[in-house]
Amino acid sequence: MAPNISPLVILIASIFTSNMILSNFLGMCSYLSVSTEYKTANGLGMAVTLVLVLTTAINWPIYTYLIVPSNLFYLQYIIFIMVIAATVQILEMGMDRYTPDLHAKLGIFLPLITVNCAILGVILFMVIRNYSFVQALLFSFGSGLGWWLAINMLAAIREKLATTKLPPGVKGPALAFIVTGIMAMAFIGFSGIFTIQ
Amino acid sequence: MAAEKLSANFKRNMFTENQVLRAILGICSSLAVTNTMRNSLVMGLGVAFVTGLSSLTLSAMREVIPHRIRMLVQTLVIAVYVILVDLLLQAYLPEVSKQLGPYVGLIITNCIIMGRAEAYAQSNPPIPAMFDGFFAGLGYAMILLMVSFIRELLGFGTLFGFQVIHTAPENLWTIMIMPPAAFFIIGSMIWFISARAARKAAAKAK
Repeated sequence: MAPNISPLVILIASIFTSNMILSNFLGMCSYLSVSTEYKTANGLGMAVTLVLVLTTAINWPIYTYLIVPSNLFYLQYIIFIMVIAATVQILEMGMDRYTPDLHAKLGIFLPLITVNCAILGVILFMVIRNYSFVQALLFSFGSGLGWWLAINMLAAIREKLATTKLPPGVKGPALAFIVTGIMAMAFIGFSGIFTIQ
Repeated sequence: MAAEKLSANFKRNMFTENQVLRAILGICSSLAVTNTMRNSLVMGLGVAFVTGLSSLTLSAMREVIPHRIRMLVQTLVIAVYVILVDLLLQAYLPEVSKQLGPYVGLIITNCIIMGRAEAYAQSNPPIPAMFDGFFAGLGYAMILLMVSFIRELLGFGTLFGFQVIHTAPENLWTIMIMPPAAFFIIGSMIWFISARAARKAAAKAK
């Protein structure tokens, strides 16, 4: 049974109270490595949001109408991962063919996204929490937006910090972690407004 | 490439090139599961198991995998071992499996495993590759245990679920079991390690 939560609440909650990065720690690898420049971070955030919504829209019917009826639960990881890889591949080819502008902007990020754990993570959360189709779609969209918001904030802060004089060793990933920690603390302020656990 | 001694490989994966602190890989789960030591231990062993066996398999198959689709093959091999771990956990440790939730499945996208497959198993024979993967997983488990030691001790006042600090619940630092502390602790560890490495490199240059 799908939980009785309004899809809109799920949307808002997945952006703020259970932000993909700041409270679920998903998609950290690309979040840390592609956040030194605001422009590229923005592109990656957009690509992640797009792929999240698309793969969730494809994986939800596959899970509900194929995996559940035929009891293929032990194969679900393989199926999900294959769907993600195939979707990304097709999306990249389609973009290259029909929207070269967009491809030039997002194309380089697409292969990275296949192994971004936010994508698989959202799908696994969707399965564990039994979301209905609309709930799953808005959850994935909100998660994508939340991820996008977080990487943009970090990239903007890191751009400003790049010119600051810092103690040795803290430059690079260590600083990104500490900045993210402070961001996560700020986002705790949102908790309690909505809960979707 | 000359064969690396097993002990040298162990030292490299555990300390000098620790995957979490030096290569900044496998961060997602090392932040997410480290609120209790028991979860960290199970997760660390799970990752060590998967990394070791997938490196073994991929190294044994390295001659026959076409170069262009090797990522796909790697992901599939990893997924098979992750399913094994997931089923074992559900069967023998259902409670831990429930707490870890999606993070068991997310071992598939743990960058350490694919990183080892690409960087080591690709160009080394199966048995050394297996040990390399296993040691990399142990290095990861060690960091997880260190982080969760701090977080569980200060956040819950327990270690592996046993009460260590006897105090009123309101005296414990709840922030430690919340997300920000995970970022701060791992951030400071990386800071410490890279500052030390920079100092060593500078001393060597002189």
